Amino acid sequence: MSAVQEFFRRDRVFDFMVPKVVDGLDLSHGTVLYMEDVSVAFDGFKAINNLNFYVNAGELRCLIGPNGAGKTTMMDIITGKTRPDVGTCWFGSRMNLLQMSEPEIAQAGIGRKFQKPTVFEYHTVFENLELSMAGPKGVWRTLRARLSTAEHERIDEVLTLIGLGDEAKRIAGALSHGQKQWLEIGMLLMQNPLLLLVDEPAAGMTHQEMDRTVELLTSLAGEHSVVVVEHDMDFVRALNSRVTVLHQGTVLAEGSMDQVQNDPKVVEVYLGE
Amino acid sequence: MFVFKILKGDRGGQLFLLVLLAVMVAVPVMNSLPADNPLYLSTYTVTLLGKYLTYALLAVAVDLVWGYLGILSLGHAAFFALGGYAMGMYLMRQIGERGVYGNPVLPDFMVFLNWQELPWFWLGFDQFWFAALMVFVVPGVLAFVFGWLAFRSRVTGVYLSIITQALTYALMLAFFRNEMGFGGNNGLTDFKDILGYSLQADSTRIALFLASAAALGLGYLACRGLVKSRLGRVAVAIRDTEDRTRFIGYKVEHVKLAIFTFSAMLAGVAGALYVPQVGIINPGEFAPLNSIEVVIWVAMGGRATLYGAVLGAIGVNYAKTWFTAAFPEVWLFALGGLFVLVTLLLPRGIAGLWRRKEESAS
Repeated sequence: MSAVQEFFRRDRVFDFMVPKVVDGLDLSHGTVLYMEDVSVAFDGFKAINNLNFYVNAGELRCLIGPNGAGKTTMMDIITGKTRPDVGTCWFGSRMNLLQMSEPEIAQAGIGRKFQKPTVFEYHTVFENLELSMAGPKGVWRTLRARLSTAEHERIDEVLTLIGLGDEAKRIAGALSHGQKQWLEIGMLLMQNPLLLLVDEPAAGMTHQEMDRTVELLTSLAGEHSVVVVEHDMDFVRALNSRVTVLHQGTVLAEGSMDQVQNDPKVVEVYLGE
Repeated sequence: MFVFKILKGDRGGQLFLLVLLAVMVAVPVMNSLPADNPLYLSTYTVTLLGKYLTYALLAVAVDLVWGYLGILSLGHAAFFALGGYAMGMYLMRQIGERGVYGNPVLPDFMVFLNWQELPWFWLGFDQFWFAALMVFVVPGVLAFVFGWLAFRSRVTGVYLSIITQALTYALMLAFFRNEMGFGGNNGLTDFKDILGYSLQADSTRIALFLASAAALGLGYLACRGLVKSRLGRVAVAIRDTEDRTRFIGYKVEHVKLAIFTFSAMLAGVAGALYVPQVGIINPGEFAPLNSIEVVIWVAMGGRATLYGAVLGAIGVNYAKTWFTAAFPEVWLFALGGLFVLVTLLLPRGIAGLWRRKEESAS
């Protein structure tokens, strides 16, 4: 009897009645991403262990942690590549990311830059940005798509922002490593996402390039929420933002860079016992 | 107009279509010359050329999915053969009472098997429009269902190639069986006429040749138009980095399914034009080797160029005709040798030579 009563509870709605994607993101609580009690194991190895992680709207957040701390797995969960064993993951307060496919999540407004720069090598820089542009992405609409003036201007704007204006006609495969990283950030911007996940943007960059990347990322915060995963401590310090330290799949510490660096638990993890 | 817009910047394609147009004019003229004229082209040769053109269309279809979408299909001959069977069934029904057994409805092989009535799937094939529709529908539906299952499960690369190979092999085994109702291992043959015109007549042969050339030209333009659209750029993006494309928000499965189905339909049209020209269709057309040969044509001609596929298909088949007449036992070795040489020395195929020249000039 009690099992039946469960079905007739008046304060609950059936799961299948809850829409998967609600038009428009609800940011009324000021939080863009909620991850609660998330765990995922691969062959018994707990890559993410009871993780709780929140990102505020417009915030720039750095994520650090030793190898195998679960940083990339966490991004996989947010973008729909990996499904957690338990836990919840919400985008705004209405979109349940765990029920959405990768393209749906991308269309909803989460963009991701991979650890290894992945751009479309055989397309020109311009085409790379064109393909990433927010808008309808169905087969038929794509077949009939024509670039409007406004869209063209938007691409030019992003080209200037990422400093690749002169390279627009070049094949992306011919760019330098640093330029590819920027192009990928540019591709993220074209999607006009609310939340940017940026995995190791500074890898393989010279110091000048790094400074420019810091400038770029800082300028993005505010309008977008940005989560940066990075190993380079100088880079993280330069970003001057809240830092979350991940260790063995859980949050070890959170705070400003100075607070985190003086946290004995963090010191222990990074320097050994 | 529209055609010029599609061909803008496609030097190889412009040249190819000009040559194709010239051939479409020249061949009927040369065929009508007196037989002792040095420029005279026998009807036999015209039919042979027509056959090459249908192969070229098949190669273009394979290049579209392999060169631009990254799906190495080793089963495209299956769609070709299905289109061929649809046309063969129409031609079979046109024989009528002129068959060996003189049955007005049942094809000879059914009478021979003691069947009393026409199976349901043969109904409607006495109408040309229905058969023509089936030429698109049957390969298209098979590709759609197959692709839907395969792409949804994210089967890619070598594994996908192997399944396509298995698909064509399974179809071959099925069509070999008499109970299937497609003539067993003899297939469908002894065709008499198409749309009321005798298939043996020179004029019908010329018309079939022209239809093949037109189909190739239109098929080429359709593929080029697709490749030049944003969808074409998405296809190349999927070929190069599928994950990235997915994270940008494209439904990779849908794009693959649409282009794969379209390509299968093109292959079906090629098969439908092939059958009346060679006069027979049998399960041998489903042989895995056939599909592999198509891939060799494309690789030799130059992948991801479309006109290279045409070049490869016609070149290799011309060589095949010549070799199998002059040194029949050497042909497969020659083909293998050519393939190795092209792969080693010309990784971008014969079309790559021209493109390299073009790039160094610009």
